Amino acid sequence: MNDLDQLESQSIYILREAYHSIDRMALLWSIGKDSNALLWLCRKAFFGRVPFPVVQLDTDMELPEVYEFRDRIAREWDLDLRVEHCPPESEMDPTLPPNTRAAARKTVGLRNLLDRGNYQGVVVGIRRDEQATRAKERIFSPRTLDGAWDVKDQPAEFWDHYKTRFAEGTHVRIHPLLAWTEMDIWRYSKREDIPIVPLYFSRNGKRYRSLGEKNITFPVDSNASTIDEIIAELAVTRVSERAGRTMDNESEDSFERLRSSGYM
Amino acid sequence: MPHSSQLRIVIVGHVDHGKSTLIGRLLNDTGSLPDGKVDQVQEMSRKRGMPFEWSFVMDALQAERDQGITIDTTQIHFKTAQRPYVIIDAPGHAEFLKNMVTGASQADAAILVIDAAEGALEQSRRHAFLLHLLGVRQVAVAVNKMDRVDFDEARFQAVEQEIRAYLGELGVTPTAVIPVAARHGDNIAGPSDKAPWYSGPTVVQALDAFMPSRAPLDQALRFPIQDVYKPDDRRILAGRIESGRLRVGDTLHFAPTGESATIVTIEAWNHPETVLSAGAGQSIGITLDKRLFVERGHVGFHREQAPKLAHTLSVRLFWLVSRPLAVGDTLTLKIATAEHRVTVDSITAVIDIEDLSATPGKAIHRNEVAEVVFRSRRPIPVDEASDLSRTGRGVLIDGYDVVGGCIVLEADEAVATANLHAVAHAVTVEERAAANGHTGGILWFTGLSGAGKSTLAMALERVLFDRGWQVFVLDGDGVRGGLNAGLGFSLDDRAENIRRVAEAAKLFADAGMVVITSLISPLASDRARARVIGGQRFHEVHVAADLATCEARDPKGLYAKARAGDIPDFTGISSPYEAPENPEVTIDTGTLPQADALAALVDYVERTFGNGAATRRLA
Repeated sequence: MNDLDQLESQSIYILREAYHSIDRMALLWSIGKDSNALLWLCRKAFFGRVPFPVVQLDTDMELPEVYEFRDRIAREWDLDLRVEHCPPESEMDPTLPPNTRAAARKTVGLRNLLDRGNYQGVVVGIRRDEQATRAKERIFSPRTLDGAWDVKDQPAEFWDHYKTRFAEGTHVRIHPLLAWTEMDIWRYSKREDIPIVPLYFSRNGKRYRSLGEKNITFPVDSNASTIDEIIAELAVTRVSERAGRTMDNESEDSFERLRSSGYM
Repeated sequence: MPHSSQLRIVIVGHVDHGKSTLIGRLLNDTGSLPDGKVDQVQEMSRKRGMPFEWSFVMDALQAERDQGITIDTTQIHFKTAQRPYVIIDAPGHAEFLKNMVTGASQADAAILVIDAAEGALEQSRRHAFLLHLLGVRQVAVAVNKMDRVDFDEARFQAVEQEIRAYLGELGVTPTAVIPVAARHGDNIAGPSDKAPWYSGPTVVQALDAFMPSRAPLDQALRFPIQDVYKPDDRRILAGRIESGRLRVGDTLHFAPTGESATIVTIEAWNHPETVLSAGAGQSIGITLDKRLFVERGHVGFHREQAPKLAHTLSVRLFWLVSRPLAVGDTLTLKIATAEHRVTVDSITAVIDIEDLSATPGKAIHRNEVAEVVFRSRRPIPVDEASDLSRTGRGVLIDGYDVVGGCIVLEADEAVATANLHAVAHAVTVEERAAANGHTGGILWFTGLSGAGKSTLAMALERVLFDRGWQVFVLDGDGVRGGLNAGLGFSLDDRAENIRRVAEAAKLFADAGMVVITSLISPLASDRARARVIGGQRFHEVHVAADLATCEARDPKGLYAKARAGDIPDFTGISSPYEAPENPEVTIDTGTLPQADALAALVDYVERTFGNGAATRRLA
């Protein structure tokens, strides 16, 4: 087994544990490269089908290429797609910095979804190497009744045994990609030939390195127009993956505040 | 560009001995920090009126920066010229031991950081002990803050000697003991000119000298079942191979049922070639040549290398929660995918982390390490950790939470004779048996429709009752109307019907009664599951009359209807009856008159469950 085989096998193990132990589970699909790879891993784990609903938290602010891609893949992969429209920015916590407030729409959209769908588990494609608070995450990460992440009191998680029992009303986030890096995702996408939203590839000297809403995410300078070129670019870059995500950098703890209150 | 597998390194040690600082420096000196990170840390430090604080590179949480301690474990990627690494930062504060365990359990190797001035304090020792328990065997030691002791060689040697002696007692030889000043970068990525007396490796060189962990491909096969999927007409047993290999065509045995079948396929999705073999670490799915009772928690193996089926386990455990673990407590032990209820029989040693001395105890407190004997009523498929580490260890679960972990030192296959009931019930099994004059048990009648199961069952109930026995018949048709009213007649529903009857029968047996079940129960796999549920008290009675005899009797006119096609899937006509291979009793009602059949059964019951039988067994 090479390093990608190991990552793949571990993620499949996690997905199967989650599917067995969580009664009502959904997968959050941002249509980005990571959650595409995650869907692919689900199909591997469950022999071709994704046996739970796939939810997109829609802010109606994604780029048109994203919607096009979503509809095509949902059809071709026979996904049980549920689109959850997020409430407007005016309803968000006004003490958050402006771009963080825009991002918080997804937190509230997710909370609404959980309330209504009565989901006990949500599979999310975050990775530890993306962002420092995500590096602290557990693979099975319990949330309190109001959806908050109690980062100061996380469960023990070792030897591939996860927290799979919960008090009524709480839910768990499952993070099968936690150990993957940005580079791993690209190498795996190439190996498996996983479909990718074309926005990741360079056009006129710019590409999106991380896909988010069009009002708070910006393309970075790049000439990488194939996966191989992206991999070569990542091998030498010193710019962080989320540099184009304005909400991360508004204040020292803006992203931690977002995550504590339930952001992905 | 080649992608060598990354090595996972955990940094452990006592609080404030400089773990996060060492990591921050390591990242910086190997050029692994993104642009702008140093400026960011500068700004965070300035805001708090501190000199440049390297640990802020790692301590992502506001509370961690404000209090100057690491609360939770984190992971960060970096590269040396030789290979990529994941650095796992583990908190040193005793309060956060569960976070340390979480981080350290994922590592291939560890760096133990010790303050040169303070030496190996309590948490350093506890961490070293836990590393060993968690299976991390490669350890290098960084003696930090050498600048505070003016790079004094004698002081370094004293600390080195102390920690080598301690690790030695655990059976660990450190790969290096390195004098460093993390804050200033001495002996981190490059050698230090302040310690000319030291000629050993730098921290980076020590990292590059660690060996990657290898998948245990050459050990005995252990394939714990994670789940059973039926995506179409396939029945796929899914799971991860924990050790060894398996191949298409292998005969796979399963614990604890003892059933076996041949592997027909290794299923794979989006894989161009047929998969013929798989090995340790791979998450796979297989299909078998026959339908067995296999479910999550059962373990596949090759016959010549079977796991133990233990009722008694001696384990070394660490305890993570404030509520102590006491003799007599019952909790869940999860090994691979299987969960078992175990009771603390005795605490043979509570280990003093300071000097590694051991004393017997009544309870284990938070963060303590101890040796404990667990007992289980049902057999636990398990290995000893010294043979197979992955199936020789498990976590302890109480309520919603993982509360500790343990490795198996010794697994004893002998049946537990202690009063396990005494813990849960004020009335013991023995007391019930003494009061009733017999023990509880299950007589599982299986046979074709018309074989005479119900007739015999009712007659046996009458005879035993008249002799003063606590006895009851659980009739297949009876439970269908009540307990199992919601079930239909699909394959799955029939299996569930039988499972519920088995569980109900077990309760009767627990209550001290002899329970007679009367169900066709045509599939060997369903009866095997019932046997697992009933355990030692399960006795299979094959009420054997051949099909022609049963069809001639046809007391309910069912065979006629089935022949006419009015009843689909009728056992013996349009669906199979799998006769038991090794039943405890066989009664052929085709040849034996009913009175003789009944006498044979009464005799068996008295021999097996009568109080005389119990004394005979003990003698």
